[in-house]
Amino acid sequence: MAKKRMMPAINMALEEEMSRNSKVILYGEDAGISLLGQTTGLQEKFGKDRVRDTPICENIMTGMAVGAAAAGYRPICHLLYGNFIYTGFDSIANQAAKLKYMTGGQVKLPIVYMAVIGGGRSASAQHSDIPYPALMNLGGIKIVVPSNSRTAKGLLKSAIRDENPVFYLTAASGGKPEEVPDDEDFLLPIGKAECIREGSDVTIISIGSMTIKAIQASQELENNGISVDLIDLLSLLPIDEETIINSVIKTGKVVIVDEARDVCSAASHIAAIISDKAFEYLRAPIKRITVQDVAIPYAPILENSVIPDVKDIINTVNLLISSRS
Amino acid sequence: MPTNNFINKNLSDEDIKRLHRKMLLIRKCEEHLGEATKNGAFPGAVHLYIGQEAIAVPLCDQLEDTDWISSTHRGHGHFIAKGGDIKQMMAEIYGKSTGVCGGKGGSMHVADFKKGIIGANGVVAGGMGLAVGAALAAKMDKKGAVSVIFFGDGAANQGVLMEALNISSLWNLPMIFVCENNQYSEFTHTSEVTSGKISDRARPFNIPTHDIDGNNVIDMWQASSHAVRRGRNNEGPTFIEAHTYRQRGHVEFEYTFLSRSYRDQSEVDLWKRDDKDPLLRFEKYLLEQSLYIKNDIERMHKEIQDEVDEAVSFALNSSEPDPETAILHMIEE
Repeated sequence: MAKKRMMPAINMALEEEMSRNSKVILYGEDAGISLLGQTTGLQEKFGKDRVRDTPICENIMTGMAVGAAAAGYRPICHLLYGNFIYTGFDSIANQAAKLKYMTGGQVKLPIVYMAVIGGGRSASAQHSDIPYPALMNLGGIKIVVPSNSRTAKGLLKSAIRDENPVFYLTAASGGKPEEVPDDEDFLLPIGKAECIREGSDVTIISIGSMTIKAIQASQELENNGISVDLIDLLSLLPIDEETIINSVIKTGKVVIVDEARDVCSAASHIAAIISDKAFEYLRAPIKRITVQDVAIPYAPILENSVIPDVKDIINTVNLLISSRS
Repeated sequence: MPTNNFINKNLSDEDIKRLHRKMLLIRKCEEHLGEATKNGAFPGAVHLYIGQEAIAVPLCDQLEDTDWISSTHRGHGHFIAKGGDIKQMMAEIYGKSTGVCGGKGGSMHVADFKKGIIGANGVVAGGMGLAVGAALAAKMDKKGAVSVIFFGDGAANQGVLMEALNISSLWNLPMIFVCENNQYSEFTHTSEVTSGKISDRARPFNIPTHDIDGNNVIDMWQASSHAVRRGRNNEGPTFIEAHTYRQRGHVEFEYTFLSRSYRDQSEVDLWKRDDKDPLLRFEKYLLEQSLYIKNDIERMHKEIQDEVDEAVSFALNSSEPDPETAILHMIEE
């Protein structure tokens, strides 16, 4: 076990899975040289046949994955930034998510669509989106959002071995290096959240990049005597309703932290699930901390003002706790 | 010079008869669907392949189950040409449990992966990426399989065609691009929405092109033969623009909702004549070459009609899907 950052952990998972199964192929823009480090060294190791540099053409890239998967391969379509999912959205929404269903289950589509999502890098509006709300409504796919290097490895390996299209969406900066198991069969189940801190006063549900902030906030809240049950959601499709509901039963108060814009966000969907299935246990309104209805701005001071931060989480929890019921 | 410009160099009498049989099978299936839809015999709309049979049939005749095709919303013809079962196709269009997709896809999604049929597609140019991906798989498998995308003149105006041409040529993929230029993009004449010649679009990518009469089954067979040979020998993609004519509407029943007509009936009638229609032209040739006498052709028509009637009865007598199956098949468990 060694400490690794997010990108090297992803690289490790890719290398292990490509070694394990010759049907796993990877392609994307600059896959050889690797812009962000996920695919570094893979072309040298596995050759240009299995690790392909593509032209800049998301429209065909997303569709090719469907055709190659239908024809027996396990393609990893590397889309760089989450915003480019929109460029390739036709084949994602109309083919990848529906072909199995439309053809009566005739085909398996083991695809991984990989991209970096979210803000915090002054990359501005077209490189900082959180595209999963649009994806969550498609059905026919899975979505995972690792929060650190350990979950990045375990979930990517599961995604590559899954028989469905899986969106593998990570934050560009994954925080501190963390212990990543060397085990070549270290798999984290898709659809399972992790309770990373047990508490009794309030549930915080965090997604992806928000988990680091939620951990920090929970620590500070604990110092002030507030006990937090912190759930790192990890998968958005399917969603781990059981872990969420069990936590709500315990605490009766919920804050959901999501870097998506609020309308039809993952947070909204989770709030709907809770109010539907655990209403009687709620002792306060469900609170969503999300991005307002704005694009992500460039200047750091502007960007910081719209993306949820530690202070937002603490303030929201304090407000909930003070509303005694 | 034979009538209809059919100059046959390679095909045996048996080949010719097989092509005719397949074209006739498509025609009879489509004629049935065109009639039955008037009575509301099945739930959805249909886009018919009548008049374009000479494109899919001679190409698919040279393919194996291990080769891939991806096609269009006008996809029954491609499905049948590639060896799809017409009972399962009819049952699918009739929305029955015995349909090839269990009643989940209908007319626009008939597919049979076991036979290399990735399927019809409801999105114009939607099959492009699928075919290119299958071509990549075929290339990596190194077993000489090819992948075909059938698309229309309408799809030729989608940007994804440029991406597909570029990557297919760049990676030397065993792709066969078949543009069926039937002169209409939905309800608009292609000349009104298309600049230049469609086949010219492949040339800058160094892709060999054929610009042919798509209603001439022998020409199409020969162009296809070149394209398939190139694909099998790892020589890269080929582009065929096959000129044809959409004898039917974009969709059956369109006159019930269109506010005005978009073409003269005289134009349609012209293309139905025996010197234009691909099936009638072919049958004339068969008679001229003494491959068949008139009686043989009549017998063939009856035989194929019986086959189609049987497929329709199969569909009619099949049960409707169990509503509980509606939630299945989104995800592989």
